[in-house]
Amino acid sequence: MYLSRQARIALRVFAALVLVVLYFPLVYVARLSVNTGVNYVWPPKGWTLQWWDAAIHAPGPREALLHSLQTALWATSVALLLGTLAAFALTRHRFFGQGSVSLAIVLPIALPGIVTGIALLSAFQRVGIDLSLMTLVIAHATFCVVIVYNNVGARMRRMQGNLEEASADLGADGLQTFRYVTFPLMRSALLAGGLLAFALSFDEIVVTTFTVGPGYKTLPIWFAENFARPNAIPIVNVVATFVVIVSIIPVYFAQRLVDSPHGTAETAP
Amino acid sequence: MTTTVQHPASGPSSPEPDERTGPPPAGTRRRAARFLARHRRVRLGLTLGAPLTWLLVIYVGALVALLMTSLFSLADDPTGLLTRLNTSLTLENYARLWNTAVYREVAQRTVVAAITVTVVDALLALPIAFYMAKVASPWGKRALVVAVTMPLWAGYLVKGYAWRAILDPGGGVLKEVFGSTPGFGSTSAIIVLCYLWFPYMVIPLFAGLERLPDSLLEASTDLGAKAGRTFWSVVMPQLLPALAAGSIFTFSLTLGDFYMNRIVGGTNEYIGNIVYRNFSADLPFSAAYAMVPVVIMVIYLLAIRRTGALEEL
Repeated sequence: MYLSRQARIALRVFAALVLVVLYFPLVYVARLSVNTGVNYVWPPKGWTLQWWDAAIHAPGPREALLHSLQTALWATSVALLLGTLAAFALTRHRFFGQGSVSLAIVLPIALPGIVTGIALLSAFQRVGIDLSLMTLVIAHATFCVVIVYNNVGARMRRMQGNLEEASADLGADGLQTFRYVTFPLMRSALLAGGLLAFALSFDEIVVTTFTVGPGYKTLPIWFAENFARPNAIPIVNVVATFVVIVSIIPVYFAQRLVDSPHGTAETAP
Repeated sequence: MTTTVQHPASGPSSPEPDERTGPPPAGTRRRAARFLARHRRVRLGLTLGAPLTWLLVIYVGALVALLMTSLFSLADDPTGLLTRLNTSLTLENYARLWNTAVYREVAQRTVVAAITVTVVDALLALPIAFYMAKVASPWGKRALVVAVTMPLWAGYLVKGYAWRAILDPGGGVLKEVFGSTPGFGSTSAIIVLCYLWFPYMVIPLFAGLERLPDSLLEASTDLGAKAGRTFWSVVMPQLLPALAAGSIFTFSLTLGDFYMNRIVGGTNEYIGNIVYRNFSADLPFSAAYAMVPVVIMVIYLLAIRRTGALEEL
């Protein structure tokens, strides 16, 4: 479609405006993390590193960060295993009830978090399971599975299976085909799905509210508790800024994976 | 009928044809691989078994538990210290929801908000996604994909509180710089929800437009179609699954939200707020109200399944 010069300029200006709106809140938080005032009052005044110093020595954020990492790592591991198996089953086989299964499998992310949260809470109560790290990981893994399934499933649909047939014709058995052909081809989809699942679990608060054990604070829960305390706001801003800056690393890797459609050469470890 | 299968691996000195690709497979492994190669059903069972069990036992099981809980009621407890459930089934929670005007209004408001957020995000995301996929240079495209996805990592609550600082009628950015702000209320809730779910709409639309061959657009222009006609007759039909996929996120995430209302919504309430406020004191009532988004989403998913949206999530 040949767009006129004006249309191109209009699109560019519009994109720039949206990006400004998208980033302003994040930049504002970063600016407030080095602000001498403690309140959210415009315009920010002065520069200081005292909040960064205070945040480094505070035990709360560090513990919450570790809890979030722990939860996200467990949930992502479960999701990688189950999501990959589900993707194999639903793309390499035709079976009775397949339509229903592929609809049911996306339910955990298609239904709102509050439904997932309260449904799991009702189930744990009916069965008599106390809330703990395990219930939290189960809850997170349930929606993370869908993310991995979608990523790996999309790759498998594109791969068709000719390469696997070729591998079998050359005498490889199923396990060798998986190890030398299928797995290398889907490695980047696994990584991309795993990263996305990790990010979703790391930032999850709604399902977490309903399924977390008492006293176990993940980072979002720590945020929710400390935003309500005016004295803690500068430290909250520091931790938030820190997480955004660190997240550039996974976003960068995710982008490299998307750039190489089969992820064989450049992304091999 | 008996078939004798020669196992080359178990023979004393028969070299494996695929020895170069790895260590010689053990006899049992080789037999297992053969067995799997011949039995599709077993292969299907082994791959589908674990995820399907997880899905059925944990997720569908939880939804059934939710439905059951919604049919329970609170038992009279003379001490008032413990909340006990009366597990005989009753429709009284649903009757209470249906007969209370506030709950009907809140449900209606939530659905209207979910539709508004979805439409606004689609209108904002379409031009950006089009620019990213069809106009920007390869470098610009890559930079924009990163730029749009990055905020997803920045923490949902952090962004919510940043917006609180922007919308605050007492010293917020909008008030100080532009002199006016919508303040805390339903308008602000919708603005912030549009902001939060925007990337979930852009990404599927961008992926959908990337798959749309440029030659199709060129052909449409060559045949005399103007930009508008090309958009509605060529781009939109192809983009529908991606649009439906994005709308699942924006619609469902808004339908279940309650934190943003507490942060920027003032006294505004959605279904989620009432479910959240009551779940520890009256779980059956909360469960009944939570069934409303379940029913809406299942109808929505069944309606858009035919577009192929579920494969694009």
